[in-house]
Amino acid sequence: MTGAPLLSIRDLCVTFPTRQGEFQAVRGVSFDLGRERLGVVGESGSGKSMTGRAILGLVRPPGRVTAARMDLDGQPILNLPERRMRAIRGGRISMVMQDPKFSLNPVMRVGPQIMEAYRLHAGGGRAAARARALEMLAAVQIRDPERVFGLYPHEVSGGMGQRIMIAMMLAPDPEILIADEPTSALDVSVRAEVLNIMDALVRDRGMGLIFISHDLNLVAQFCDRVLIMYAGRVVEELPARDLHAARHPYTRGLLDSLPRLDAPVDRLAVLERQDDWRTEAIDASMVDALPGGLR
Amino acid sequence: MTPMLQVSDMDVWFGPPHARVTAVKGATFSVAPGESFGLVGESGSGKSTILRAVVGLIPGWSGRIAVEGKPVAGIGRDRAFLKTVQMVFQDPYASLHPRHSVDRVLSETLALQGLGDVDRRITRLLEDVGLGRGFRFRFPHQLSGGQRQRVAIARALAAEPRLLLLDEPTSALDVSVQAEILNLLKDLRAEHQLTYVMVSHDLAVVAHMCDRLSVMQAGRIVEIMDAATLRAGAPREDYSRALIAASTWRRA
Amino acid sequence: MTDLSTRPASTRDWLLSDAPSTRRQARLGALYQGWLTFRANTLAMVGLVILIGLVLMAIFAPWLSPYDPVAQNLGDRLMPPSGAHWLGTDALGRDILSRIIWGSRVTLFIVGTVALISPILGLLIGTVAGFAGGWVDQVLMRITDIFLAFPKLILALALVAALGPGIFNAVLALAITGWPPYARLSRAETLAVRHADYIAAARLQGAGPARLLVGHVWPMCVSSLIVRVALDMAGIILSAAGLGFLGLGAQPPLAEWGAMISDGRTYILDHWWVAAMPGLAIFIVSLAFNLLGDGLRDVLDPKGAKE
Repeated sequence: MTGAPLLSIRDLCVTFPTRQGEFQAVRGVSFDLGRERLGVVGESGSGKSMTGRAILGLVRPPGRVTAARMDLDGQPILNLPERRMRAIRGGRISMVMQDPKFSLNPVMRVGPQIMEAYRLHAGGGRAAARARALEMLAAVQIRDPERVFGLYPHEVSGGMGQRIMIAMMLAPDPEILIADEPTSALDVSVRAEVLNIMDALVRDRGMGLIFISHDLNLVAQFCDRVLIMYAGRVVEELPARDLHAARHPYTRGLLDSLPRLDAPVDRLAVLERQDDWRTEAIDASMVDALPGGLR
Repeated sequence: MTPMLQVSDMDVWFGPPHARVTAVKGATFSVAPGESFGLVGESGSGKSTILRAVVGLIPGWSGRIAVEGKPVAGIGRDRAFLKTVQMVFQDPYASLHPRHSVDRVLSETLALQGLGDVDRRITRLLEDVGLGRGFRFRFPHQLSGGQRQRVAIARALAAEPRLLLLDEPTSALDVSVQAEILNLLKDLRAEHQLTYVMVSHDLAVVAHMCDRLSVMQAGRIVEIMDAATLRAGAPREDYSRALIAASTWRRA
Repeated sequence: MTDLSTRPASTRDWLLSDAPSTRRQARLGALYQGWLTFRANTLAMVGLVILIGLVLMAIFAPWLSPYDPVAQNLGDRLMPPSGAHWLGTDALGRDILSRIIWGSRVTLFIVGTVALISPILGLLIGTVAGFAGGWVDQVLMRITDIFLAFPKLILALALVAALGPGIFNAVLALAITGWPPYARLSRAETLAVRHADYIAAARLQGAGPARLLVGHVWPMCVSSLIVRVALDMAGIILSAAGLGFLGLGAQPPLAEWGAMISDGRTYILDHWWVAAMPGLAIFIVSLAFNLLGDGLRDVLDPKGAKE
């Protein structure tokens, strides 16, 4: 990481009131994001997606977001009024969701959708927006941008749809891309292509990427740094290449519970959840490593 | 020895004659009693379609399906078949009726299969799948994904079938829960001498669970190999090798 | 009760338990959950209270009403609201309050009967059409379309004209003309669930079409139907009142709110209360049903329900 972080988050909490009392989906998450690929891994309910949504101000009431700090380039973005948040969302921070089927407008051709996303944030004339849309479609390795420009979402395959989503999200040239399980709905062969495109874009444009996934192996290969979340908290943080040498019993348990092609076992190891993972103090060395600390 | 399941030259199609989409073309394979057989491929390769055609959920098919040597025809299956063959579906959130309690699901199944002694059997089934009787009166929304899949497995086991068709039984679950369910399925297979046909897109899962597997692409069976060949990364066909290569991502 | 010993401290905890130990506890627990959701909706509670009041009023009409609803007293005709007649009297000197109280029985009879017949008819036709598909679906839905093509009240008018005026025929006409929207709704719900995995799973246990329809498809349709019926109640009351107003519903001297408005319209400028009081009653009850329907939607509608 060089220079000041793009995004700096301290003690992020997301709380939902329920009949049984308050439910904390995210409990004190802290991290800095530079121009890097940051993986956020965890199982369903770990709060990984909610963390992404909280950054974008997409937590719906009665959900509540609090944080000691949530800065984008040094500017606080926590609980901004919706009008100002809209300018940031899509413009400076973009999000790619799991399934393009639900993210693209089904009654609008994909080209105009990309143009609209671009003009909303960058302004400019139709001609410029159109050129930009075609350029973005080409950038996500679509061979025939002119043809795809005029297609409706139902006329494209899942992998193509996800590339179009990425093109749309990248059109306004955001500083940060949050990708929530961007390849989980895709077949492995298509997945590789989409990952290669995201990899190249992040590298070439110097963006920060938050890659939310349940797939440990994928994150280990794709990201620079990994946060492992459990029950709303970050239980371990480590460089992606060291993921297989993780120390925390939860991370270890997740890794061991995966069947592997290269290491046959008769029975898979089963994760024994321990209550203190929910409450134990966060590894002090990890907190100290953060510039600015917790306070 | 008579194969547990024999599928020969099976075509499966959807839609009316003028707009027919053929999902499976000329599938032929045979599963021995006690064997665990995998079907792998990407979405749309027709692997789940084969299972649904075998149990009579898809009307449009041709070819030959025989279970323990007895051929079946058309759509719908007789009671003897349903006592022999059962299926576990992919998504436990979709395969349990949202308004039926575990008790209702299992007792209805037992009644349909003509089995008495309901209380004792339900307790047994729940214990078999590692749930215990405390779960008997819960509704699906009071269960986690893994618990739901256990209920679905209990339902499939109620009639004491010999052949269990597993349609991506863990793809909707977290990895730690997947491990629990796969272990359970392995134990059940040993305990009840079950034969499995398992569909999955995850090669590691299939290698873990199956003795032999067939790789499918666009409705055709590309290759049938044993699990050791898969683990060694030494299949005969290019497509199978490409599939293995694609399962791990490397920076280009 | 045998399970008293194992019961947690409070009944509330027992009801809200995530691990019910008996069928009865599970069922009561589900009901209690629904009640809690419903209770959180204040307006729906207002609706419920009004409707309970209506039912009580109908049950205790003989004791509540200060006068005989049909006794004429021509000396006291068209009296404005006063201490003796709280809501005034009508053209024949009958006490309007008493007539409204007795009229609640008629209203409940209409609403109850129509609410029983139409949705059940619609549910049957809609789910059979959606589940069977093919030509059965075609035939049933074309019949539905034919019914939908006529304005409801016109069709009801024609039916009553053929059957002869009277409260019972009016209700029958409303019930028979009311089912097509419910059939449409049930069919749509059926199409949404008929390929669900849980239906396939039940098929694989050997469940026949009748069992699938009644045990698996109906439970998924019933909740949206109930909501829809509650919201339609206001319309049913108004249609019944409309028929009464046109002289095709309740026949004099039976106290029916629509017919009362009809009687009062001649005097509306000089003696507004004769028409306004029963109108107000219709308005309040219609509103109550709408509020109730909204609350029921929160509780029952599977689409609005949270995972």
